[in-house]
Amino acid sequence: MMQLECPCCGRRDESEFVCAGTTHIARPPPAASDAQWGEYLFFRDNPKGVHLERWRHSYGCGLWFNVARHTVTHEILAVYAMTDPPPLPAVAD
Amino acid sequence: MRYSALALVRGALTAHRHWAPAWRSPEPKSAYDVVIVGGGGHGLATAYYLAKNHGIRNVAVVERGWLGGGNTGRNTTVVRSNYLYPESARLYDFSLRLYERLARELNFNVMLSQRGHIMLAHSRHDLESLTRWANAMYMNGIEAQLLTRAEVGELIPALDLSADARFPVLGGFLQRRGGTARHDAVAWGYARAADALGVDILQNCEVTGFVKGPGGRVIAVETGRGRIAAERVGIAVAGHSSVLAKLAGFRLPVTSYALQAMVTEPLKPRLDKVVISPGTGVYVSQSDKGEMVIGGGLDLFTSYAQRGSFAVLQGVVAGALAMFPSFSRLRLLRHWAGIVDVVHDSSPIIGPTPVPGLYINCGWGTGGFKAIPVGGWTFAHLLATGRTHELAEPFQLERFISGRLIDEAAASGITH
Repeated sequence: MMQLECPCCGRRDESEFVCAGTTHIARPPPAASDAQWGEYLFFRDNPKGVHLERWRHSYGCGLWFNVARHTVTHEILAVYAMTDPPPLPAVAD
Repeated sequence: MRYSALALVRGALTAHRHWAPAWRSPEPKSAYDVVIVGGGGHGLATAYYLAKNHGIRNVAVVERGWLGGGNTGRNTTVVRSNYLYPESARLYDFSLRLYERLARELNFNVMLSQRGHIMLAHSRHDLESLTRWANAMYMNGIEAQLLTRAEVGELIPALDLSADARFPVLGGFLQRRGGTARHDAVAWGYARAADALGVDILQNCEVTGFVKGPGGRVIAVETGRGRIAAERVGIAVAGHSSVLAKLAGFRLPVTSYALQAMVTEPLKPRLDKVVISPGTGVYVSQSDKGEMVIGGGLDLFTSYAQRGSFAVLQGVVAGALAMFPSFSRLRLLRHWAGIVDVVHDSSPIIGPTPVPGLYINCGWGTGGFKAIPVGGWTFAHLLATGRTHELAEPFQLERFISGRLIDEAAASGITH
């Protein structure tokens, strides 16, 4: 089973966590056009490679945190706080 | 060569030496009228209907791996049209009707078995929503039948109907025309029929880029076997849609997830329906070989790995055993995953892309197999005429800007 490193609780099984998709998505301003709003809500890079994503230790301490993970190998390259900037560029292989 | 009982008998007399390959393996030409990226069910069906319905035979299907080696060969082979909204009902029932005559049309036995598809209800609220759903199907002209608990028990004797089951069964509903078809045969049948009409199927031919001409229009694809020019290019690559879109310079409202499936060792006939439980999130059918075919929910994180995680596997097996306790001593024979292209409203995209000359068929998510005939039919219409097929009009990329989503998530069978 895949394991993730919760910044609070340490290494735990994947089944304790919930993935909440791509992180670092900025909400557009209130005057945004329909196209900008649609982009924000629905359109994603969906990379085959490194993906920066939000996880929550839902069945543990409840902490939200960011993860850089490879979507082919599932290797976890970095774990960092919700408000931290990305530690490495999300690049497709 | 036409397949028939007579051909079999003739073959038996000549040690079966007369069988020829079902399709050619041609060298790529330098240019085609239409190039279809993706040699799965949707791509091959598109090529077939381009040749058959529109007379466009100068067509190539380019496939990175081998034919039908992606989701077409990895699904649980279920066909059905029990959708909630009129747009989806029209689309999927058209597909099921094409399936009903597909073996004859392609001269290839796709082993369609309309054994019936049963959705279970585990609570009073489930029963109410199933009633609404069945009524919606009737409004859309598709037959459905509500079942009492006793009727479910008659149709599925192996199912645990006891009151202390993990998810007690209170009833269900049946689509009699639902069932299964042989997935490989669908790919092979379309490939053979398309090839016979002149379509070139190019395997081991990965698309590595799109060549654009004046006005940003796609004029050719770069492949591992050289540049191939095309008047129009269609993408039908399911889980890899975003990867191809990135090569062409646009984004999609798609997330790729691994969807697992598994089969047990074969046993004697025990289950002659497709049964799905919203409580366990698991669905089960028995293949013609006798294997129990089991599917469940998605691995809910982005993945291109074509292998499932153990956490989900465990949940799916537990769910299957909660439904069928007598399967507890069966061993799993095989287990695999396909990469599915999930969009927010669980409805497909069959239309033009922001890049002129480039069209896409994607977003089928966890339910692409049942839609292969209609996906091919409507995508061929689009590639042949440049105009969206009437059935596909609601299923455009533009809906993610306008907000006119067709939210089939609640009716897709299980909550992914």
